[in-house]
Amino acid sequence: MDYSQFLNMQAELSLLAVIVILFVADLFMCPDGKNGKGVYNTCLPVVLLTVHTLLNLCPLCHEAGEAFGGMYQHTPMMSIVKSILSIGTVITFLMAHKWLSREENLVKQGEFYLITLFTLLGMYFMISSGHFLMFFIGLETASIPMAATVAFDKNRYESAEASAKFILLALFSAALLLFGISLIYGVTGTLYFDGIGQAVSNCEGFNPVMLLGMLLFITGMGFKISLVPFHLWTADTYQGAPTVVTGYLSVISKGSAAFVLFTVLIKAFGAEGLVQAWDQAFLWIIIASITIANLFAIRQNNLKRFMAFSAISQAGYLVLGLMDGTAQGMTSLVFYLLVYMVANLGAFAVITVVEENTGGITIDSYNGLYKSNPKLSFLMTLCLFSLAGIPPFAGFFSKFFIFMAAFNAGWHWLVLIALINTVISLYYYLLIVKAMYIIPNDNPLPGFKVDCYSRTALFLCVAGVVFLGICGIAYNFIDGFAYGLDNVAKCCMDAVDCCCSQSCH
Amino acid sequence: MNFLSIFVLIPLLMLFGLWVARNLNQVRGVMVAGSTALLALAVYLTYIFIADRQTCDDPMLYTASFDWFPALNIKYSVGVDGISVAMLLLSAIIVFTGTFASWQLKPLTKEYFLWFTLLSMGVFGFFISVDMFAMFMFYEIALIPMYLLIGVWGSGKKEYSAMKLTLMLMGGSAFLMCGIFGIYYGTGAATMNIIDIANHTGGAHAFESGSLQNLWFVFTFAGFGVLGAMFPFHTWSPDGHASAPTAVSMLHAGVLMKLGGYGCFRIAMYLMPEAANELGWIFLILTGISVVYGAFSACVQTDLKYINAYSSVSHCGLVLFAILMMNQVACTGAILQMLSHGLMTALFFALIGMIYGRTHTRDVRELAGLMRIMPFLAVCYVIAGLANLGLPGLSGFVAEMTIFVGSFSNEGAFYTTLTIIACTSIVITAVYILRLVGKILYGVCTNEHHLALTDATWDERFSVVCLILSVAGLGLAPWWVSDMIGTGVSPIITVIDSAKEFLYVPF
Repeated sequence: MDYSQFLNMQAELSLLAVIVILFVADLFMCPDGKNGKGVYNTCLPVVLLTVHTLLNLCPLCHEAGEAFGGMYQHTPMMSIVKSILSIGTVITFLMAHKWLSREENLVKQGEFYLITLFTLLGMYFMISSGHFLMFFIGLETASIPMAATVAFDKNRYESAEASAKFILLALFSAALLLFGISLIYGVTGTLYFDGIGQAVSNCEGFNPVMLLGMLLFITGMGFKISLVPFHLWTADTYQGAPTVVTGYLSVISKGSAAFVLFTVLIKAFGAEGLVQAWDQAFLWIIIASITIANLFAIRQNNLKRFMAFSAISQAGYLVLGLMDGTAQGMTSLVFYLLVYMVANLGAFAVITVVEENTGGITIDSYNGLYKSNPKLSFLMTLCLFSLAGIPPFAGFFSKFFIFMAAFNAGWHWLVLIALINTVISLYYYLLIVKAMYIIPNDNPLPGFKVDCYSRTALFLCVAGVVFLGICGIAYNFIDGFAYGLDNVAKCCMDAVDCCCSQSCH
Repeated sequence: MNFLSIFVLIPLLMLFGLWVARNLNQVRGVMVAGSTALLALAVYLTYIFIADRQTCDDPMLYTASFDWFPALNIKYSVGVDGISVAMLLLSAIIVFTGTFASWQLKPLTKEYFLWFTLLSMGVFGFFISVDMFAMFMFYEIALIPMYLLIGVWGSGKKEYSAMKLTLMLMGGSAFLMCGIFGIYYGTGAATMNIIDIANHTGGAHAFESGSLQNLWFVFTFAGFGVLGAMFPFHTWSPDGHASAPTAVSMLHAGVLMKLGGYGCFRIAMYLMPEAANELGWIFLILTGISVVYGAFSACVQTDLKYINAYSSVSHCGLVLFAILMMNQVACTGAILQMLSHGLMTALFFALIGMIYGRTHTRDVRELAGLMRIMPFLAVCYVIAGLANLGLPGLSGFVAEMTIFVGSFSNEGAFYTTLTIIACTSIVITAVYILRLVGKILYGVCTNEHHLALTDATWDERFSVVCLILSVAGLGLAPWWVSDMIGTGVSPIITVIDSAKEFLYVPF
């Protein structure tokens, strides 16, 4: 056995190392909350995960590779997505500090980090999978611990309810997914993505069973990304889950699933005929997601529910990058993910600190927030503007690029509908801005001082919101590694097919 | 670094300065220093541009280009021609006077000026850009601060107006974005640079066949037309202007609405000349309606700001009207009208704001005899009114004269009829302006409270005098500006003319 193939799994292995270190460290940390345990305990995972992220980013230029005979595959683009996810997790950990320092959470602080990192590990495997089995293991590793984090405030009724809804629907979607996979296996006789892709392109004519399998696969992933009509768990789960977990759920879990959907679709279902089929499916899914979620979001008063519907519509925009599976689409999708992550986590960071310090979670309670907390309101405004796609913030750039990709693929009317929906979304984002700045309120939430961890998280998010778009570096960097159906050779899809680059050039 | 970028750099530095400013005096200091620097730069630019124009034949001067998103051919490109120099000068004057007009604004002065500066950054950036992406980005930067400026510091039903304005303008820019994609992918020029797209395949026939040029033209023109207050998309304008604080009304009517006309001319007409010739008549009718309808609506309003807002709809309609006439004289007149309307509307809104700040009412029925109470403001108001109705010697005359002469010279009963109809707006304008002046300035004041009011303070006088000087300067010596604008208009007209075979005239 060639042990050097493990080097390709560097991201997973180093994350595993982080988990083990944290696990051991948790044993030795004093369970008493009084003598500074909290401080140490947040620092350690944050520092370790940051080191992990940096390590992950450094050898990006390394070539694509694989391990376990193609079960595990690796491209530089995957490293980028993994790094984005782990940066998001770092921000989530920073946000979580105040919440975890609550009396009842102090004893289970360590568990939160471990469980969250396990979900991250699952996502890593899911992203890098080259085989449906590996993919499914990754998916379940990501979603089952997630249910535990959703139920983290176990004494709160809503939290448990949210967790039950989440796990039941996750299992349901997993069942659909497995059914789809079994149909695909029945048609092609293999579970390797590349093998499926070849089998599909070799076989003549149209195969309805294959199509059904693919649609079931899309359905299963649709649950994860919470696209309409598979979104029904989202609002309740987001509302019930602890706010930090909601932030994690709405960005990291969703983003990884969207990227995996993209890579699997172009690898396994990239054949002529199937592409048109999933384009059609996504056309309606996107229109439904964006429009319905936008209309629901207008009526919400609970901020977490509000962000849930906002997240569904953002997922719709994210999936726009999938149309036709182009390389441009992949770049825009990953860039959109990055930008959405900083903006959304920034908004959640504000919601978290406000909730932890004052208990306010409804939009009404934000009335007049500007008077008592000018800086927080300003940061919230920046993040919301970015989510709405207002320049010069990063959201404008990511929206522009993802619309451009979909337009280039020929979906003019879809782009127009999505654009009109951005106006609706601007309306409800402005409702919060209006609450904070304009609506008069003599008794706004009291002013408070933000702890340094949340401060760091907010700083990272706002720096991202302001600079990611204006400085084109991030987009151009990501673009260098993108690949799609139209441009396989841009950066070899996997080591096995590396020779294709010669033929394509 | 190209020196045009300083137009964006100064507002950026101002934003930073405001961020660190600790008290009111520092805030004012930053604003005055910044807006003076911008004005000086704009004047300097005009001066050297006129000199350099003699020697250089390029469509754009002082161009520079930096890679931004190479994969999508997006560059940060700057450059100016006669039109944009005039617009930059206008913006600099309005920002400068707007600063003084909001000298005594309270509360949250610092935040107010932060958004104000962000808005002006968008405006300056828009006029120096020649890249569609950068232009669109700056366009949107200029729109969004409006929401907070009106919502927080406005008056009346400000929340409603702010939201209406923002959503309508953003709705316009949604279509606009679609239009930009259409142009970019339709021409196949692989560039976002306006000049390069126009030169691609030699001007007129830049679009590949089957690329829906007509559709993108409608999207782009209507998208910019919303900001240019084109009928029937003008409804945000009266509400928005009426609720906005003084300086914001000035900046909005004075500069922001010009973004619409400029964009229609520079992007919609320049890049899609065939569609412009084919579909121009539809928009010509719509803008003709704006011109007359705006003027009639102004007649029946009782709120000073509503009167002026509808008058703006009428005058800005005239800008788009003249652009669509597609000849050298009319288009030069359109740009002159932008300049003239920007200055005199800013003057008008500044005066209304000052009167409102004293009397706390803008209702024409409650105001009378202001000439005795505040003679300085009243005299200035008369001057603004006369400029508005196009008295020779003031800027309005020059612009409207050029527009109507140009429009009338177009062959065909269609154009002639429309020109005659539009001309009636001059008369209607005279009706409401003279009635207004007679009512509020010369009547007999019955309100005890009003008799005790004082005249303008030094900052108000300064701001108003600067504007009057500009209006009179433009009216008395228009040739240097119109020559400069003419050099900017002619390449665009050449492109449009080369596609004349597509011209469609309904009758």
